[in-house]
Amino acid sequence: MNIAVELPGLALKNPIMPASGCFGFGREYSKFYDLHVLGAVIMKAATLQARFGNPTPRVAETSAGMLNAIGLQNPGVEKIIKTEVPFLASFSVPVIANIAGSTIEEYRQVAKAFEQTNQVAALELNISCPNVKEGGIQFGTHPQMAQKVTEAVKEATNLPVYVKLSPNVSDIVEMAKAVEKAGADGLSMINTLTGMQIHLASRKPVIANRTGGLSGPAIKPIAIRMIYEVKQHVSIPIIGMGGVMQAEDVLEFLLAGASAVAVGTANFQNPYVCKEIIEQLPYTLKQYGFNSVKEAIGKGIV
Amino acid sequence: MQQELRIISKQKIARDTVEMVLENKSISQVTVPGQFLHIHVQGHMLRRPISIANVDASNYTVTIIFKILGEGTRKLSTYDVGNKIDVLGPNGNGFPLDNTTQASTLLVGGGIGVPPLYYLAKKLTEQGTVVTTILGFQSKEHIFYEEKFRELGNTIVVTNDGSYGEKGFVTNVPDEVLPTIDRYYSCGPLPMLKAVKERWITVPGYLSLEERMGCGIGACFACAVPTDDRGGYKKICQDGPVFTAEEVYLG
Ligand SMILES: Cc1cc2nc3c(=O)[nH]c(=O)nc-3n(C[C@H](O)[C@H](O)[C@H](O)COP(=O)(O)OP(=O)(O)OC[C@H]3O[C@@H](n4cnc5c(N)ncnc54)[C@H](O)[C@@H]3O)c2cc1C
Ligand SMILES: Cc1cc2nc3c(=O)[nH]c(=O)nc-3n(C[C@H](O)[C@H](O)[C@H](O)COP(=O)(O)O)c2cc1C
Ligand code: FES
Repeated sequence: MNIAVELPGLALKNPIMPASGCFGFGREYSKFYDLHVLGAVIMKAATLQARFGNPTPRVAETSAGMLNAIGLQNPGVEKIIKTEVPFLASFSVPVIANIAGSTIEEYRQVAKAFEQTNQVAALELNISCPNVKEGGIQFGTHPQMAQKVTEAVKEATNLPVYVKLSPNVSDIVEMAKAVEKAGADGLSMINTLTGMQIHLASRKPVIANRTGGLSGPAIKPIAIRMIYEVKQHVSIPIIGMGGVMQAEDVLEFLLAGASAVAVGTANFQNPYVCKEIIEQLPYTLKQYGFNSVKEAIGKGIV
Repeated sequence: MQQELRIISKQKIARDTVEMVLENKSISQVTVPGQFLHIHVQGHMLRRPISIANVDASNYTVTIIFKILGEGTRKLSTYDVGNKIDVLGPNGNGFPLDNTTQASTLLVGGGIGVPPLYYLAKKLTEQGTVVTTILGFQSKEHIFYEEKFRELGNTIVVTNDGSYGEKGFVTNVPDEVLPTIDRYYSCGPLPMLKAVKERWITVPGYLSLEERMGCGIGACFACAVPTDDRGGYKKICQDGPVFTAEEVYLG
């Protein structure tokens, strides 16, 4: 069965990739299996300077999911290019760099920095991290801001740019249209939903940052709904994510309109999950009457 | 690595405290004191980190001791003998044994920080190191493994409410009842570790830290601990959980 898909700048042998922030830079998971089996890898967010991130606790468990407020901890773009990108590229797997910033200028510079290497296949523009507060601007929730930052990054790079949308908006279609207009080559959706958990005994939020991003199966119906809506209004491809645990979930994302699927939180529970999904996917597609991944994309839209 | 461990015995050893002996060939052969298992509990998204409390390499078993604290540990406590537990491990770096046999060491444990110290005490005494242990529990009914520690060396038990031993904290034990020590090892809640670090500031020591974890293997940055106030950090799950007292900044 053919499970390959072609996206701008990405010839994927299968549509499965670990989601940003849930796989580090691949080193730890490479001890569990050969990363070559993956369709692609999305790296942890890169910022211009190294960031330590938020105080701990940074995670909490919820029903069917988790909250996180890591705060974009990363070693900074230069170090990522020098030490992490070559490591991932050694598995001959397309590498997608997730980039974040506090200002448009920072996004531009981080995007530009990835021009130094020819081992990065695409950029994923993280305009939706709910855990970074500097600048006071939420690029991911204002269509004009999202458009501006996308334009700036497109200008700074020749790499295809996938804009990662925040679900914390009232009109996701408007956001998607804005970044498509700004030249985005694709969309990546969804990022986490802002949430909170309060610890009964201490009467305080569990997460030191107070709020965190909700991920895992709890958010899958929201991701599916948003992709379903957006797919009908844009012509750029969508990398779908949010609560994928198994091959059936992948098919559901494809049916809603995603062309590829990222797996995040599930890696924490089962470090082999991406590999297992890739192995299972042909059988699941077949079971539901599909002969390829391409055939299933958007087929659930009625 | 990911493994399945069969439960071969389960026992309540103190209030809300369960000891499980698990069978596994590879983990029992390679574990060093202070390492932990990252345990999947059915119905829970995140795994639970639990220390390895003892190892019997010849019978291929590892022992865990956990306190029923919330939903995950409660569920784990309902697993029966014969069931299998899905774990990642052994994870992290353990306590260095510092093989200088004449040394006198102090082990300081509080509550759920006590379990890893037992395997440590065993390994230290096996190599001829003298071990003195201070254990702190909430109250008399929470105490476990006191006799087992006594078999390995001088052991002092204190309780927060004074229902057994001296009332107070592990750091209240007076110098007069302690030997001169060359180094210490400690595991327990953060306020206890801070107090231990302060009290034995002149003695080289190792601390085992606790934090809420995501991946448990070093990929998600959930468990970062600062090593200074300039952005330096280590990951508890991967670089720790054991650190030298001076390398971590406890706030
Ligand atoms: C390296 C390490 C070794 C440990 N060894 C032991 C041990 O040997 N025996 C023992 O009883 N306990 C040990 N703990 C603590 C144990 O992990 C928690 O008590 C347990 O995760 C609580 O789970 P729960 O579902 O019962 O509680 P909940 O409060 O319902 O758990 C909710 C979430 O918070 C996390 N969490 C809550 N409390 C803690 C905590 N103190 N530390 C880390 N995560 C926490 C849980 O893992 C889970 O993700 C250790 C912790 C660490 C980090
Ligand atoms: C611990 C953690 C860290 C994350 N870090 C990032 C990040 O650095 N950049 C980003 O764009 N998304 C980040 N995400 C969001 C995920 O990439 C993904 O969009 C989201 O978790 C939904 O997918 P899931 O339910 O499969 O986890 C993070 C998620 C988690 C759980
Ligand atoms: S728990 Fe993920 S890095 Fe430590």
